[in-house]
Amino acid sequence: MKHKVATTVNGQRREHEVEPRLLLVHYLRDVVGLTGTHIGCDTSQCGACTVTVDGKAVKSCTMFAVQAEGKSITTIEGMAAKDGTLHPLQQAFWDEHGLQCGFCTPGFIMAASYLLSQNPNPTEDEIRQGLEGNLCRCTGYVNIVKSVQSAAKAMNGSKANAGEHSAAARRS
Amino acid sequence: MIPAAFEYARASSVEEAVKLLKNYGEDAKVLAGGHSLIPLMRLRLAQPSALVDINGIKGLDQIKESGGKLHIGALARHVSIHNSQVVKDKLPLLAEVAAEVGDNQIRNMGTIGGVVAHADAAGDYPTIALMLDADIVTNKRTIAAKDFFKDIFTTPLAADEIVTEIVFPVANGPHKYIKFRRRLFDWAIVGAAAQKMDGGWRIGLTNVGPTPVRAKAVEEALHKGAKPEEAAQHASDGLNPSGDLRASPEYKKHLARVLTKRAIEQAG
Repeated sequence: MKHKVATTVNGQRREHEVEPRLLLVHYLRDVVGLTGTHIGCDTSQCGACTVTVDGKAVKSCTMFAVQAEGKSITTIEGMAAKDGTLHPLQQAFWDEHGLQCGFCTPGFIMAASYLLSQNPNPTEDEIRQGLEGNLCRCTGYVNIVKSVQSAAKAMNGSKANAGEHSAAARRS
Repeated sequence: MIPAAFEYARASSVEEAVKLLKNYGEDAKVLAGGHSLIPLMRLRLAQPSALVDINGIKGLDQIKESGGKLHIGALARHVSIHNSQVVKDKLPLLAEVAAEVGDNQIRNMGTIGGVVAHADAAGDYPTIALMLDADIVTNKRTIAAKDFFKDIFTTPLAADEIVTEIVFPVANGPHKYIKFRRRLFDWAIVGAAAQKMDGGWRIGLTNVGPTPVRAKAVEEALHKGAKPEEAAQHASDGLNPSGDLRASPEYKKHLARVLTKRAIEQAG
């Protein structure tokens, strides 16, 4: 029997009838049509399918779409601004060469976005620990860590700037 | 990999979940974090006829101290147990063990009730529950941990019985859990836990047999004044672990002794 599932994916409301056995990753890729979320190991290990559900990073191959009822999902497609400006994490992966083949990248960026939401100033160790659930078969970890450090700096900088702007706005 | 088809229902209370389980019959399964169940279903090692999703049951994830005991709701996620101030204050060993389960993504979903009910020999919480004489509370009864882990993946839980909370003693003395593995997010090849409690030591071992093990011979040796390295020699007494891809039985016994020694020495 199919079940109705209503979700918000990258800010857009979605409603579909799905079989209970449909995994969230298949829902995102085949039903919603967002193929940026990759299927890697399919055994809950590699993290390529990482998305955030209500702000928490999860492996979308280990959750059924029906479990996402009423939840807000962000995938890699939801990271850039509407005008195409890359998210600081995406920009940092570009600038620091945080990818080689790129297959693991969407998962790494989503896992890193969760990591930075919990810890805006992680040390190298904390980044490596925080990304333990993601594998890069090109073994490009050094640059991935650099990318996350650089994104953290950029995001904290823009926050500080925003603070200054609002302080300036209050003064004027 | 796509799991076999199944019926699905969400429960909003324990009573409703039990009723659903009764209706679906003994081939139904409870879906909590799903991080053991869903991989098994994808590999078709498990083909439940129905899943009863308990994730929406309010209050089942509560963590609180009451009556001098630490009560952890079955739906408490690993991340919540790790971050809980009450757990850090009352049983810091458990907060540390929670951080050793899987990775961030897995810790956001996986639950303590799921790990306990699944009774995987490589699970971390069962070791802690057993060595500290925790109680596993269900909708029907309270089961002592020593009577709960019967065999690999085998517990006394009935088909319509749901774990609702795990009740641990308060213990905030020296403690350490060492999980030996090849990759950070792996299951333990062998794990060893040490907790100072009531003037003595509690020692537990993970993945050295079909169930968690309490190393009483080590506890007794320590009680009689043996040094950690002497006492830890008893960690493999009576063990008969099965070999697997990652370790032979002999190597697991060796690890049990070495990790027990380190856990006692590093307990802080």
